[in-house]
Amino acid sequence: MIDSTQSFRFFNRGPSPVVRLVFFAVLSLLLLFVDARFRYLESARSTLSVLLSPIQRLAAVPGALWQQAGDFFITQSTQHQLIAENDSLHLQHQSDAAQLLQLQALQAENQHLRNLVALPLRNEIASQVAEIVYAERDVFQRKVLVNKGASADVQLGQVVMDDEGIVGQITRVYPWLSEVTLITEKDHAVPVQVVRNGLRTIVFGSGDTSQLSLRYMPVGADIQNDDVLVTSGIDGIYPPGIPVAKVIKIERDAAHPFAKVTCLPVAGVDKHRHLLILSSLPKLPDHPATGPVSDADKRAKVRRKS
Amino acid sequence: MSYLNVKAKPEIQRPVSNIFIVLSMVVALFLNGLPWEGVWLMLRPDFVALVLLYWCMHKPWRIGIGLSWAMGILADVADASLFGQHALAYTFLAFGGVVLHRRLQMFDLRQQTIQVFGIFALTYAMYALVHWQVNGYVVWLYFLGCLTSTALWAPLSIMFQAMRQKRVDREHHS
Repeated sequence: MIDSTQSFRFFNRGPSPVVRLVFFAVLSLLLLFVDARFRYLESARSTLSVLLSPIQRLAAVPGALWQQAGDFFITQSTQHQLIAENDSLHLQHQSDAAQLLQLQALQAENQHLRNLVALPLRNEIASQVAEIVYAERDVFQRKVLVNKGASADVQLGQVVMDDEGIVGQITRVYPWLSEVTLITEKDHAVPVQVVRNGLRTIVFGSGDTSQLSLRYMPVGADIQNDDVLVTSGIDGIYPPGIPVAKVIKIERDAAHPFAKVTCLPVAGVDKHRHLLILSSLPKLPDHPATGPVSDADKRAKVRRKS
Repeated sequence: MSYLNVKAKPEIQRPVSNIFIVLSMVVALFLNGLPWEGVWLMLRPDFVALVLLYWCMHKPWRIGIGLSWAMGILADVADASLFGQHALAYTFLAFGGVVLHRRLQMFDLRQQTIQVFGIFALTYAMYALVHWQVNGYVVWLYFLGCLTSTALWAPLSIMFQAMRQKRVDREHHS
């Protein structure tokens, strides 16, 4: 084979670099447009991900090994820590067990009462544990990949949480992996309620820090530092009553119509290795057609339903 | 530093096997896929871009714009970015490498590094531009990766050169 670095061209080497550049650039832009606007390419993506998955799995090995090595070399001081932690966990478990018993009694009672008034039961939510294979791999995005995919019956839009609160939502499903968008992702929205007074609002991720913010809160809204926000369950995606965030800072400036409220996620969004994927909620009835419906109409509808 | 003056002379271009090229790409994808987090993620050099640029410069008729584009698509899947985002950036990277390959090969490593920085800056800018268009914001710290990638250029060139040399030597001895 003649090497390529000669400065003359005997043979036709195909189109010139400029032509190729334009061709592939246009192709990329086309793909970008299709992917960003319509999301037609998910199947191609999952096919290619199968090709890549051996490399990805291999790349996850060093991190896991490092962690195992850390676990292996437990020193004297950490042993004391472990004993102390064990004791506190034991205490915690005892108090939890008592509460759990109460909860079961309450659940039974609640079910009974709901039966009496013929309300639909609150569904028990099934869940499965998944492990993070990859942390965020793009400076721009707050996403993780977990090791359960379509083969484990993970579906788009399922909610991911840890033992303390909401972590994120499944946004893409591959055969053996799925992608979780964290609640701290820029513009990721979760409908929430303030526990103290039931105030409904929406919490948004801010993207560049691990903070959340409440937009469109009127300056006079009844919200305080340390208020806990839980999911309201109104959207039909997040089950109700799961902690999401805690208010840490409120800036009220009369010059702006809205107060600036900063929150921190309750869950260890950037911490844990194991997460819980909740199975989907039952489908809500379809959203009524958004036509010019007057308020009185809506109220009448609600009354008829209940 | 003396090694910086080592010239990659075009007349002693050594042959290189396809397996070596493919292996280097796989290793690059692997390195990109390591669990980088926090500050390290910002500092992460783009190994795939480095390896692609190296081959585009040294074997421009074998690894060109088309293959770089394909690697970009793979990188898009691996990084869960939009389809075509890495591909577009790597297309420009490969174009830079292919068009400038003769000039770059005449330079020593120090001069090469300066030129290569320009190409990486263009690549990173393309990626950030697409992200800005789609999502409406840019994380400026992302461009730190451009510097670390450039810093790795000289070590990578020397390593690859040595590996190719060793391969040739072994074949001569046997």
